[in-house]
Amino acid sequence: MKKLIILFFAIALLPGCSDDWGWYVVNPYNKSGLINVKFLLSGYYFTLLLSFTSILISVVVGLLVALPGLSKNPWLRNFNRVYVEVVRSVPILVLILWVYYGLPPITGLDVTVFWAGVIALALSDSAFQAEIFRGGIQSIDKGQYEASHSVSLNYRDTMRFVILPQAIRRILPALGNQLVYMLKMSSLVSIIGMQELTRKANELVVTEYRPLEIYTVLVLEYLILILVVSAGVRWLERRLQSDERA
Amino acid sequence: MAQAVINEDIQIKNVFKRFGDFEALKDVSLSVNAGERVVICGPSGSGKSTLIRCINGLERHESGSIIVDGITLAERGASLQQIRSRVGMVFQQFNLFPHLTVLDNITLGPIRSKNLSREQANKLAMTYLERVKIPEQAQKYPRQLSGGQQQRVAIARSLCMEPKILLFDEPTSALDPEMISEVLDVMIGLAETGMTMICVTHEMGFARRVADKMVFMDEGKIVEMAPPSKFFDSPNTDRCKNFLKQILQH
Repeated sequence: MKKLIILFFAIALLPGCSDDWGWYVVNPYNKSGLINVKFLLSGYYFTLLLSFTSILISVVVGLLVALPGLSKNPWLRNFNRVYVEVVRSVPILVLILWVYYGLPPITGLDVTVFWAGVIALALSDSAFQAEIFRGGIQSIDKGQYEASHSVSLNYRDTMRFVILPQAIRRILPALGNQLVYMLKMSSLVSIIGMQELTRKANELVVTEYRPLEIYTVLVLEYLILILVVSAGVRWLERRLQSDERA
Repeated sequence: MAQAVINEDIQIKNVFKRFGDFEALKDVSLSVNAGERVVICGPSGSGKSTLIRCINGLERHESGSIIVDGITLAERGASLQQIRSRVGMVFQQFNLFPHLTVLDNITLGPIRSKNLSREQANKLAMTYLERVKIPEQAQKYPRQLSGGQQQRVAIARSLCMEPKILLFDEPTSALDPEMISEVLDVMIGLAETGMTMICVTHEMGFARRVADKMVFMDEGKIVEMAPPSKFFDSPNTDRCKNFLKQILQH
């Protein structure tokens, strides 16, 4: 909260710094300024929708890729290694372009901008999620598996009720990091025309010729979003941990 | 044949097990009758933990056969699951589930693998928590309990599966001395109910009191097997004599 207040003061003082600033362009007290601000803020919708859809999918895919990586079967382990290495080595921007322009002709499917963005972001992030899950699951003591076996739990129940709840508590800070990373990387989807924060700012810059002010607002938009999300993740972490320690 | 199945809960025949180059079990055979209490002792690395971990398939034996309650333990198939629902295990490090309350620790197995309803499982869990004398701790998390209490929860967790056989893998070795007796008291109480028990332990007072059969292992082999009176008073082998002398010295 303190950070936010400092931020607001910083914004308020900025116009005074130089005559070159033209804050009228995003001044909510005049009519065109208000329209511009609303236009910029409307980008939050797709930034949030895109990021949260992608992170949800990438967590599920990441987990599904992590599990074979922990298997005794070398083929399953190899599948995990190849997936992680290949996906991790493609830059997100390249992946976005490839999914948007490459996937439709290959699959014959009509891939919208939104789903192209989701697929690219989720795919790229899933490799990292897989590694995070693998590390988290490996950090659980093998006595937990043995105790689960001794009360006759099968593999699925062992994972669902014993191993994953503990692993997820441990990897929560890393998952929070990935969420923040995802929120930022979603700006790259602007390149294929997704109407999220960055795209909206770009479009406004083209019509208003005020990149300095508009991009400053864009920076603040991301900053506020991520501060709020980080605070949420920390709150969740504390809550889950108090469960265990009480 | 039917007679043998009824009388023998566990039949271990010519079992071998190796970890890399290390031979943990060399041609071990042991049979345990229903209701019999067996205490296994021996120096560390003698294979005693490995042996009881083979009984419920936590370790896979390489050759030989293990038959538990008439079911042959096989590499694949349902035998493992069937055996595990008949055999409970108490671990040296308790291995409670830290993210679950005491009650949930105990009811997870019965609810998921025996399809009990939550109410049935809770009721059953409370009777076993009373048996181990800590019903008032049901809503706490393992961390909030002492070592002795945690181990008693672990025993209740095993009992709640209503096993025919209980395996104890050094259940008091990780406990502070003043907590050992509360766990041993519970185990003595169990022995009196006629449960088939196999305990790996160095608590010789406990062994003398409850064991029907003493087993001494060294270097992956069963070196000596005798009723406690004979075992403690006149062991056959020098190795066993030396071991007992060392362990009873204090």
